[in-house]
Amino acid sequence: MHYEVVIIGAGMSGLAAGVRLAHFGRRVLIVEKHTVWGGLNSFYKKGGHHFDVGLHAVTNWLRPGYRGPRVPLQRIYRQLRIKPEQFALEPQTQSSVRFDDARLRFTNDLEVLQSEVRALFPQQIDGFMRLCARCATYPEAKADTPFVSTRQVLAEYLSDPLLIDMLLCPLMFYGSAMQEDLDFEQFIILFNSIYREGFCRPQRGVKQILEVLIDKYEAAGGQMRRRCAVQSIVVKDGLVNELVLSTGDSVTADVVLSSAGLVETWNLRSDVEYNDMQQHAGQLAFTENLWVLDKDPKDLGFDDCVTFFNKGPKFRWSAPEEPVDLSSGVICVPGNYAHAEPLDRHLIRATHLANPRTWFEADEPQYRGTKQHYIEGSLQTVSDFAQDLTPHVVYTDGFTPRTVTHFTGHENGAVYGSPHKLKTGQTGVDNLFLCGTDQGFVGIVGAMLSGIAMANQYGLTTKGAA
Amino acid sequence: MTDNEVRKLVLDIIHDIAPDEDLSDVKADVRLRDQLDLDSMDFLDIVMELRKRHQIEVPEDDYMELSTLDGCVTYLSPKFNGKATA
Repeated sequence: MHYEVVIIGAGMSGLAAGVRLAHFGRRVLIVEKHTVWGGLNSFYKKGGHHFDVGLHAVTNWLRPGYRGPRVPLQRIYRQLRIKPEQFALEPQTQSSVRFDDARLRFTNDLEVLQSEVRALFPQQIDGFMRLCARCATYPEAKADTPFVSTRQVLAEYLSDPLLIDMLLCPLMFYGSAMQEDLDFEQFIILFNSIYREGFCRPQRGVKQILEVLIDKYEAAGGQMRRRCAVQSIVVKDGLVNELVLSTGDSVTADVVLSSAGLVETWNLRSDVEYNDMQQHAGQLAFTENLWVLDKDPKDLGFDDCVTFFNKGPKFRWSAPEEPVDLSSGVICVPGNYAHAEPLDRHLIRATHLANPRTWFEADEPQYRGTKQHYIEGSLQTVSDFAQDLTPHVVYTDGFTPRTVTHFTGHENGAVYGSPHKLKTGQTGVDNLFLCGTDQGFVGIVGAMLSGIAMANQYGLTTKGAA
Repeated sequence: MTDNEVRKLVLDIIHDIAPDEDLSDVKADVRLRDQLDLDSMDFLDIVMELRKRHQIEVPEDDYMELSTLDGCVTYLSPKFNGKATA
């Protein structure tokens, strides 16, 4: 069968790209290797509970009545022809960055963070206000801007290493594929997405967003095949000639958009013998644990929507030596968002950096034992912030880098992908492009923007008919 | 097609692209981008919707013609009426 566009992966970027293309009448097929859509932001059911895979927060909260320079969520609503009430995003109440000696609260009003900084770091407030002004507009999306070290730039505005690390902590977790530092353009995007616009969450979790995208896609004639993995991207004469599928058949396409990832896409290409992108494989992976409790976490002392924490003298954003680095992490309480209806479960989640190698190299008993050990350790770490949660746990689940790779195919379970992004999406094969994490933007909003941009640029031309 | 019909058609497209914009007071001789919150991506979508809904092609060099409602009417009417008589 021939399609105008085949999209590899039914995650947020693939689905958003599909919606754009199908809306304008392109014959599109999305192939997804998993049984369910969503990719890194999927969902599952276990022990009678429904869980979201990756969702702590949707960034870039758009407050009703906002007027001003175009912001990401407006772009998404317009480009995908979606009404805000369809995603039903509801804002956060508050979040915090908690290091040993300091806690900075922040909300969807940047002024709250500014007054926290003024109170805790009075010598730094002038520099911080200048930094906020510096980040006031999003950088223009340009392909080949050279890397600018955020740590170097921040040194021009701030002199307190604790404040610098505290400000970077949420941005790294939400997220940076690069260790220790990040490109300053990325810093601006994440600063605005997290501190200026802020967090929100759909009432029904990630399914709410996925259902809107899928319904729109299919209503516009988009086709999807699940349990259908691409086994080979056959390249001939510099063009994708066909896609060989795990279902035993092949499809052809004028254009292929791959959300599989940089290294992963290169692995599928028939014209790549030695994968020279392998050196760029993402090294930052995570474990994530979820606990269903018998009480509202707020009543147990957890009043943040999201807590980014670091214990110890230095905040290190790097692949740990040990299987899980419990000294830092993210704690999320979905029930603390300003939802119109209370959620049907009391849930608390914790994420920590993990060493992919130990998880992939472990044999089955080692894997289970290590997983159990670190879930318990994580619960203790979380409990340190308020009170022992152990007596309140009704159900526990967790996933490791291996879980992520198993279900999404992303190498090393590196959810933010490779530190080496292809900002143009161009692969060198004239009709094969990347979208999603390795094209440049991360998170739910980032992925949708990526899918939209790549679909617009490579799947839709305004010159001439389809 | 009358001028009013062309105007309505263009406003329908804009309403679809930017449902939160108040279109009741749009002045026909003032640039749309000066009255409404529309940027270049939105304009590209207007062009693509013209093709999708009405099979009308607008080459990139002609985008300028669509900057006001009056401009849209002047530019698009012949294209609609050309279709009708084809």
